[in-house]
Amino acid sequence: MALAPRSPRGPRSPAERNQAPARFRPPGPRVPRLLAGIGGLPPGLEGHELRYGPLPVRGLARGRPGRLIDLAEASGLTGRGGAGFPTGRKMRSVAAGSGSKVVVANGAEGEPASRKDRLLLTMLPHLVLDGIALAAEAVGASQAYLCVHGTEDNLLHHLDRAVLERQAAGLDPVQIEVVGLPHRYVSSEQSSIVQFLNGGPAVPTFSPPRPHERGVNGNPTLVHNVETLAHLALIARFGDRWFRRAGLPSAPGTTLVTVSGAVRNPGVYEIELGTSAGQVVALADGPSEPLQALLIGGYFGAWLPVSAAWPVPMTHAGLKAAGGALGAGIVIALPASCCPIAETARVIRYLAEETAGQCGPCVFGLPALADALAQLAFSGGSPGQDRGRSLAEIAGLIRVVEGRGACRHPDGATQLARSMLRAFPADSHRHERQGPCHGLARPPLLPLPGDEERDWDFR
Amino acid sequence: MSLTLRVNPIACVGHGMCAELLPEVIELDRWGYPILTARTVPRPLVDHARRAVRACPTLALLLEQSTGKHR
Repeated sequence: MALAPRSPRGPRSPAERNQAPARFRPPGPRVPRLLAGIGGLPPGLEGHELRYGPLPVRGLARGRPGRLIDLAEASGLTGRGGAGFPTGRKMRSVAAGSGSKVVVANGAEGEPASRKDRLLLTMLPHLVLDGIALAAEAVGASQAYLCVHGTEDNLLHHLDRAVLERQAAGLDPVQIEVVGLPHRYVSSEQSSIVQFLNGGPAVPTFSPPRPHERGVNGNPTLVHNVETLAHLALIARFGDRWFRRAGLPSAPGTTLVTVSGAVRNPGVYEIELGTSAGQVVALADGPSEPLQALLIGGYFGAWLPVSAAWPVPMTHAGLKAAGGALGAGIVIALPASCCPIAETARVIRYLAEETAGQCGPCVFGLPALADALAQLAFSGGSPGQDRGRSLAEIAGLIRVVEGRGACRHPDGATQLARSMLRAFPADSHRHERQGPCHGLARPPLLPLPGDEERDWDFR
Repeated sequence: MSLTLRVNPIACVGHGMCAELLPEVIELDRWGYPILTARTVPRPLVDHARRAVRACPTLALLLEQSTGKHR
């Protein structure tokens, strides 16, 4: 992308002001990109503009608001919230809708093991807000919301301040409202957010209509994850070809991953899409003890035995082919001395508790699945005449629950449970025949909200 | 053009009327919630399907002209 040299004398013309001058160099060329924006400059809007230059809203549009949509499509950017839907296509379908439009930035990060969205909102709020403003301009939205967990008072105040700073500078073409959502796993689902913004409870709704068809106040609504919007803000400045310099042709760009578990340096890292899972663990300074598996994609993701996981490329297609899911880029390293059955049982119990309570198969099926898994993990399979039938019962429950909820909550849980059966057949059978294993001697590894108040009497 | 059945799982509370009236296509799970064994309603069963839709006390069973657009 050609960069206009800064005019040597006098104030810059409006056209020039909206071109990134030469000194605003794109981060990269590869990694880090988003995380390159952290530190070094004064915090707040001032440092943000020094680093990236002004918001290129008008310069980008050049009288044609759809130009950013073209750029987004050409860049190959996909949603970074978990589903991986092409960003440009989503924008185009909202832009094509009738009436006024709404943009919703989803920063509610329901996954207990994910930290990337909170990191972005804390360290780079203006990059996310730039993305919101640009997306709103591109689809013709007159209202935008930035949604985070309502329990995080500090974050809410921090974002309110950032929005006020921008208002004072007259920066954004739309009003951006920071909204706190109830802190539940399902409240970050996009139809939950839309229903909440419409004055209802933050639980998923039956679709269609989907938010892009009929969302907030009945208007076409663009819901993007906050990391997606931050990438969009960089693409708007540096172009689609710059974006494609990182990653794979089929999965371009970079993505944030949250690495935890038995690694020496857990945290949020930025990787090129297509980086292998083993390299991701190496980025976190490698395993802190011998590993047996990786949980990739979070609690809607899948276990992969360490040997199978190591070479798998971190892309939606790559992980799907390996029987997993990229999700929101969560990688948890499971040590060899942990019990994968017990870890899975605890997470499924948590997911069963987190059901919105709306759909019968989820309301009854997930607790039944959690019971069966707890029995297998902590008591060694079904007692009495059913002895030796635990695995069949678990497989049966998975089949009966899957695909029968209004949202993906039950399917996420069954995907995790199924991956346990597939990744740990020996452990599963040993538990069924011989009872709990020595892995229970260790404290649980996978983080759950409210862990300290939980009564894990069976652990 | 074909007719397909869909359950709104939020509205459904498991009365089970649909499985009584259309056992060829709907069976109940162990908790009494409907499982569709076929999405598309065979032509001879369309009238029965319409009756099952009308009989649902929570209006949770939907008979739709399939557009192939939604999953």
